[in-house]
Amino acid sequence: MISEHYFDSLVTAATAKLTGDEVLLATADTETTDFTRFNNANVRQAGSISQTTMDLDLIEGQRHAEATLQLSGDQSTDQGRIDRTLKRLREQRAVVPDDPFLIINTEPASTSHVGTNELPERDDTLATITEGAAGRDLVGIYTAGSMASAFGNSLGQRNWFETSTFNFDWTFYLRADKAVKNSYAGFAWDQQAFDRKLVDAAGKLEALDREPIDLEPGDYAAYLTPAALDEVVGLLTYNAFSARAQQTSQSSLLRLVNEQGEFSDTIQMTEDTTNGVAPNFQEQGFLRPESVVMVDNGKAGDPLVSPRSAIEFGLQANGASSGESPESFAIEGGTLDADQALSELGTGLYVGNLWYTNFSDRPACRVTGMTRFATFWVEGGEIVAPVNVLRFDDTVYNMLGSNLVALTAEPEFIFDASTYHQRSSSSAKLPGALLESMRFTL
Amino acid sequence: MATIIAPTSADTLQQRFSKALPAGIDEATIRVFDEESEWLVVARGTPEPVHSSFDSGAMVTVWAGGGTGIAATSDLSESGLRTALAEAKRWAEATAGRAIPIAAPGLTHHGEYASPLERSWSELDLAGRLELIRTVETQLKVDDRIVDWRASLGRRDVRSLLISSAGGSIEQTFNFVYPMLSATAASDSDAQSRTYGRGSYCGQGGMEVLDRYGFSQAAPRIGQEAVALLEAPNCPTGTMEILVAPDQMILQIHESIGHPLELDRILGDERNYAGTSFVTPDMFGSFQYGSELLNVTFDPTVPGQLASYAFDDDGTPATRQHLIKDGVLVRPLGSATSQSRSGMEGVANSRACSWNRPPIDRMANLNVEPGTSSLDDLIGGIEYGVFMHTNNSWSIDDSRNKFQFGCEMGQVIRDGELAETVRNPGYRGISRNFWRNLSGVGNQDTFAVMGTPNCGKGELNQVIGTGHASPACQFSNIEVFGADA
Repeated sequence: MISEHYFDSLVTAATAKLTGDEVLLATADTETTDFTRFNNANVRQAGSISQTTMDLDLIEGQRHAEATLQLSGDQSTDQGRIDRTLKRLREQRAVVPDDPFLIINTEPASTSHVGTNELPERDDTLATITEGAAGRDLVGIYTAGSMASAFGNSLGQRNWFETSTFNFDWTFYLRADKAVKNSYAGFAWDQQAFDRKLVDAAGKLEALDREPIDLEPGDYAAYLTPAALDEVVGLLTYNAFSARAQQTSQSSLLRLVNEQGEFSDTIQMTEDTTNGVAPNFQEQGFLRPESVVMVDNGKAGDPLVSPRSAIEFGLQANGASSGESPESFAIEGGTLDADQALSELGTGLYVGNLWYTNFSDRPACRVTGMTRFATFWVEGGEIVAPVNVLRFDDTVYNMLGSNLVALTAEPEFIFDASTYHQRSSSSAKLPGALLESMRFTL
Repeated sequence: MATIIAPTSADTLQQRFSKALPAGIDEATIRVFDEESEWLVVARGTPEPVHSSFDSGAMVTVWAGGGTGIAATSDLSESGLRTALAEAKRWAEATAGRAIPIAAPGLTHHGEYASPLERSWSELDLAGRLELIRTVETQLKVDDRIVDWRASLGRRDVRSLLISSAGGSIEQTFNFVYPMLSATAASDSDAQSRTYGRGSYCGQGGMEVLDRYGFSQAAPRIGQEAVALLEAPNCPTGTMEILVAPDQMILQIHESIGHPLELDRILGDERNYAGTSFVTPDMFGSFQYGSELLNVTFDPTVPGQLASYAFDDDGTPATRQHLIKDGVLVRPLGSATSQSRSGMEGVANSRACSWNRPPIDRMANLNVEPGTSSLDDLIGGIEYGVFMHTNNSWSIDDSRNKFQFGCEMGQVIRDGELAETVRNPGYRGISRNFWRNLSGVGNQDTFAVMGTPNCGKGELNQVIGTGHASPACQFSNIEVFGADA
């Protein structure tokens, strides 16, 4: 992983190599990651990764070209790579047309955030996990380390956002597909908190040991835990709130935007940058507001508008990255005491986790997916038996609209455990949801 | 043009690696991965910025004292490799005694591979490539109701080099091309999209990949079909025959044959993330996976297919193998490591997406072999059903059993003839029953060699390309539905 100073020195050196009226935008994602993968409480794969990618956007007038390159961490080597990349981008820029949607931040606003590194020692964690899982069939992955996102430009702006986090994403298995999913993530390891999670998971395993039942397809009352709700609304983060997707009728919330669909007036969806763990700046150096209210009292609020979409569609940019997806997604809590969720459910399904959600009718925001891990049949507010996997297929308008009874009062903070290309800095803060009815099809 | 990150030669890396090896180890390997790519996109009449990418790094693995440790670094200097090897050795020592035993590979052989390349990417300069996709992109907008349209063209050139302290080395170079077209037509509250196989017309090679499935000619049809879908009725609901086109078959193969046969899933490695499998070790050799018309091969030898190679990322020589023969399950997708853990025979499918992720069991090219029926014969034999084209929605349980797939476009088949186009076609089923309903397999004329460019799996997460080829296939007694069902 590179340092803030190293990033600054590379951008400064590159700026000195610019010609004419060129402007350079540079971003970097850098991390050092320890990982340990477990199967049956034994280590399956373990190691460390050090990686740094830098994105360069070389601009002159309205023409530009972009590149991503891997840095080695050696100053001479990396400056050589950047110099050659700038030359390549200049050659490419000469043959591309003007980009009418290019806009840069001409008002430098530098920021720096370096979180405290309180991560536990590698060997200590390895011992804690293997000892805590003794006698259990534990499978999952532990990742930990520092990571940073950076922005710099030739106009003098510098932004650095560094955190040191761990994320233990794990499951206790009883047999076959009967299992309890759990996660423990944060900045400093709290052994007592981890022990409580182990005890809680072990307790749920006992309930899973009962004879499972097969439910016929149909409509059932359901309580979705925050983790289950995350699988549903996580699908919305792909394009539902994107200004570009909304303007080109590809948003899965098209009918909400067109006022032909609505959620319960208790639904408040926010890109909550202040309370997330993602950087507060985007790749063109625009700072993000503290929050963007995307669904307001059940109706369409503000979309996420990247600088490019702002120009193309005549909108006001609000700090969104080019993907225009929330990175610190939050749904406001409701009135239901989470401890009362089962009794309020009465008879129905307790859905611990959902899995493999996808749109079955995107314009209608109809979503399908599977139950997974700890899903139980509940009668009289008590768990009766685990339920074999079920497929649901229902609209989010039903789930968070006409069929929503209540949201739990205290939303849970969920660190994104994904590690595609790099460790994620996304998060969600979500309540549980009690539904009067949910449609199951297979 | 100057190379941004010049790949370090095999000889130089061999020397640095040898000098950097720590004492007291059983074996170490270094897997170097160099990649250069270019992505061109034109959307809604405007070219997006040309984007290039340059990557280089190495993963070293050390076997020592009964443990295995990994370290990935982008510093390929001798000191960088020395640091990484020492780190990997520390991991091996730290995990010894509490790790699943993984034997050192004992890699002593040498080999190489290069993608077949008929027409170089540089046959057209950057201006020419941009002009090509601008022209195609313009042809997508056939109607004012087309509200989003885009053409893109990507290429990746990869050098993969595996060296072992045991003396073996494997060097492979790959050239990938990824063409894509899409058009979305919209009315007030509805939108329908049509694509060029949803990115599946990709493969190894050069510009000739564009000619395999008519990239330059496809745009007007895609635009017209998007508009037609907007006006089309919903897919009918009921239990009926379906005829599945190759660009939907590839997803059906991928999700309900490929993933459940991955031996690392069967061994439980993926239970926390990608899932487990309804397939158990005792089923190999006897389980009737499909009707006797079903023949599925793992075939990394198909020229130009997306996941062709001569060796996997552990250096195991790759050969064609039947996974399902005449409907009977015969072999899992298990690499040398999984074979050793399970005592089962497998295939050469240990693959990593890049230098910063360790290899795991993967699909490579996983193909349904062609049968004998012409497309006319298949359609002519269906009294009432739907012809399913191009996947656009996929969902399956963690055991890879209960699935639901949606397609971009359907065509009703009535009394043996193609009838009206329908939108939002979907079907559901259960893998362990579905393939037994295979009632017709198209011949070579219906066969298409394609790929899935973005398959996600693994902890750490990895995205990798898998190849799939298939004829059109007919299934009976399938639960079909439209958007309003």
